Amino acid sequence: MSDLVAETQQQLLVPAGIEHSDVEAVMGKLVGGAIDLGEVFFQNYKSESWSLEDGIVKEGSFSVDRGVGVRAISGEKTGFAYAEDIQLPALARATEAARSIARLGGDQRVKAWQRNTPVPKYPSVDPIPSLSGEEKVALLARVDIAARRADNRVQEVNVRLAASHESILVMATDGTLSADVRPLVRMDVSVIVAEGDRRERGFAGGGGRRSLTTFSDDWAEALAREAVRTALVNLEAVDAPAGPMVVVLGPGWPGVLLHEAVGHGLEGDFNRKGSSAFANRIGEKVASPLCTVVDDGTLLNRRGSLTVDDEGTPTCATVLIEDGILKGYMQDKLNAKLMGVQPTGNGRRQSYAYLPMPRMTNTFMQAGDHDPEEIIASCDKGIYAVNFGGGQVDITSGRFVFSTTEAYLIEKGKVGRPIRGATLIGNGPEVMTKVSMVGNDLELDEGVGVCGKDGQTVPVGVGQPTLKIDEVTVGGTQT
Amino acid sequence: MREVIDIRDKEAELKALVGEILQEAQHRGASSAEVSVTQDTGLSVTVRKGELETVEFNQDRSFGITVYFGQSKGSASTSDSSHAAIQDTVSRASDIARYTQDDPCHGLADPDLMPTVLPKLDLFHPMDLDTQKATELAEACEAEGLGYDERVTNSDGAQVNTQQSCRVYGNSHGFIGSYLATRHGISCMLIAEDANGMQRDYWYTVNRDFDALDAPEAVGRTAAERAVARLSPQKVATGTFPVLFSAQMAAGLVGHLLGAISGGALYRKSSFLLDSLNTQVLSEHVSLVEEPHLPKRLGSAAFDGEGVATWDKAFIDRGVVEHYVLSSYSGRKLGLPTTGNAGGVHNLTLSGATQTFDDLLKTLGTGLYVTELMGQGANGVTGDYSRGASGFWVENGEICYPVDEITIASNLRQMYLDVVAVGDDIDERSNVRTPSVLIGAMTVAGR
Repeated sequence: MSDLVAETQQQLLVPAGIEHSDVEAVMGKLVGGAIDLGEVFFQNYKSESWSLEDGIVKEGSFSVDRGVGVRAISGEKTGFAYAEDIQLPALARATEAARSIARLGGDQRVKAWQRNTPVPKYPSVDPIPSLSGEEKVALLARVDIAARRADNRVQEVNVRLAASHESILVMATDGTLSADVRPLVRMDVSVIVAEGDRRERGFAGGGGRRSLTTFSDDWAEALAREAVRTALVNLEAVDAPAGPMVVVLGPGWPGVLLHEAVGHGLEGDFNRKGSSAFANRIGEKVASPLCTVVDDGTLLNRRGSLTVDDEGTPTCATVLIEDGILKGYMQDKLNAKLMGVQPTGNGRRQSYAYLPMPRMTNTFMQAGDHDPEEIIASCDKGIYAVNFGGGQVDITSGRFVFSTTEAYLIEKGKVGRPIRGATLIGNGPEVMTKVSMVGNDLELDEGVGVCGKDGQTVPVGVGQPTLKIDEVTVGGTQT
Repeated sequence: MREVIDIRDKEAELKALVGEILQEAQHRGASSAEVSVTQDTGLSVTVRKGELETVEFNQDRSFGITVYFGQSKGSASTSDSSHAAIQDTVSRASDIARYTQDDPCHGLADPDLMPTVLPKLDLFHPMDLDTQKATELAEACEAEGLGYDERVTNSDGAQVNTQQSCRVYGNSHGFIGSYLATRHGISCMLIAEDANGMQRDYWYTVNRDFDALDAPEAVGRTAAERAVARLSPQKVATGTFPVLFSAQMAAGLVGHLLGAISGGALYRKSSFLLDSLNTQVLSEHVSLVEEPHLPKRLGSAAFDGEGVATWDKAFIDRGVVEHYVLSSYSGRKLGLPTTGNAGGVHNLTLSGATQTFDDLLKTLGTGLYVTELMGQGANGVTGDYSRGASGFWVENGEICYPVDEITIASNLRQMYLDVVAVGDDIDERSNVRTPSVLIGAMTVAGR
């Protein structure tokens, strides 16, 4: 294993002529007095994307963002400033601004550095040059052709290929000295199909923390066919029903249910502040006994995975709900300290220009005992939803929504006609108690999840087995 | 305590930077190029339960360049404006353009569309706000809300922020334009609780001029009133009812409409309003007008994202589409001139047959008044609409009780033609200014 701390120092500090001792001197300003924790976060983020439409690769863009964020915490107070270039004077100015919340801090020695060096959960490879410009253009063209060949009703094909490479170095007055180098790649295919006067869109995408060379031609072409398949299904869709009914959710991406219905409500900050519908409920039954829900940042090469979080804490598998009982929250350093528990490696930030907060990594439900076909056969009437667009939650009331993009009627235990997109709405703590069957077919999503909170977005993963929920309100048009 | 820097000092520097980047592009052999540079600086203070919670100083500078080599295009951006970074970024954009394929519609906007004189927009009103003063204002805002009603039991905080920005755009036609702007705001999110659970709500005020903001106490009080009003919500029976969108929620309806008449969606054939130019898409009494040069407004702009002078126009006049929302690129794809909307729209107002809010409730009779929507359930290709909603049940023109955990559904094409009336309560706080909007019938799913 290479030494990531040395590697990132070389990349982030050496070009600016900043020595380790310079950072130590700056950090000395963030120790002692009223300051509980001082932290300096260096980041370099490179990204590139290419897009194809009308059969040609029309656009490509490349971006570099580098900077340093400085944070000082005193009790529940946080002072924060950042600079969009890594230079010593800018770092010193940001430090002065951040410590202004606690004027008593200053000029003591930092704790001995403790290097956190967990086993990396992905290679440190830079995926951007892992394919040449010609190879990227050829891959996009291959996807376009595969989509158009899949069906003659395909009218428009858009393909996007994106890769990024992020290096972080975190140093904090609690002795944290931690680094991470994170690749992330993604491909998205969107198609429009038309028949008569109907038009529909289909979408498929995937990726993870790995090199672009892992996008094989076969995989990319299968993605194109999947996008076309979902669009064609929707050409046949009938109006969705309206009102409360049995809902069976397919495996994988429909796990966005868990992300919205319980995930956000179990983030440490909302529970410390008492603003979540799950606050003060540890040890209580919040779901049916069939439900065990985990947030796990350690899964290899997953989009939501991190070797260490953005505060330098190694990630882990945190059991949120076990057999229906609420077990724990996801924590960053600030909220863990204020709640008297350990951080769980869920402290994440969009970039150096944002404050970290508790965020999910890969959130999923463990498999149960039922065969998926048995679950569908058990429903006399309801809907079977296998694909979703986005979701949203109000963590205070617990109400959440998520919108289907591929769903079917279930009639007398059989999957019937596809239905038009409909929003499902429920209340997190209530809906989870109505889970009556859990499949043996746990799947994780393909790697396209983006989570937004307080204006910050981070990549995440979700997953679940097939689930039956006895009652959810379906927002169709047919009464 | 550190002062926020005055961005006026930066304008000349950023203009020089744009010139340097364009020169570098020319040096690399680009046939044309365009550059935009932005710099923002500001302070944001959050107070929660009477205590200072966060102080954030932000300072951002970034530039983006697009180069054209004939009809092929490459773009790059960075937060680093050192000479070496400029060279590297321009080189990256040029490398990309070597691989992208020729598109006859690519290229800068026509030079004769760029403004020669910039209108005075009066967008820059810097406020000398230090951390202490900002903290006091946030405290006053939150305290008023927390003291409003004993059922207001918790807070997600009150925030005061002030931002200054400088934007410069230049291209190889020789056009360079810049403007300075400020934006100040106060917001508050409160939590109310009773035996049936917790409800949160928020309110905010935002303006280019700090002195034109609502009083912090008024913001806190409104947030509290809104949270308390939502307590003990009920579900309603599933059925078909008229639905009144609050002024804030109506902005979303206009957003979906703009998406459907925007060039990008139209040339990609991914709009439910294809070929809608000169056809009726909204009820006959409804118009949607753009006025980019209004002084002090949040959406004001003298030129768009590619330097094209902006101008007043009606996108929708008495229900009929007069203009699509176009950039040079999407215009060329559709065989139409740009409308000066590269990067978006500038100060829109929705107007129509107007009633007072009380009269709107009477016209509605029995149905739903929606004050919050959740999720992304609007399909831009088909117009299918299904979203989570909260609000109030209305019977015989009177607001009866709060409702939540329901959905409203229909198709946008149908909804736009079914606008019965609009309110006299335009929400001035946004780039898209909308009054309340009454839709004749939608499916409400609840119990």
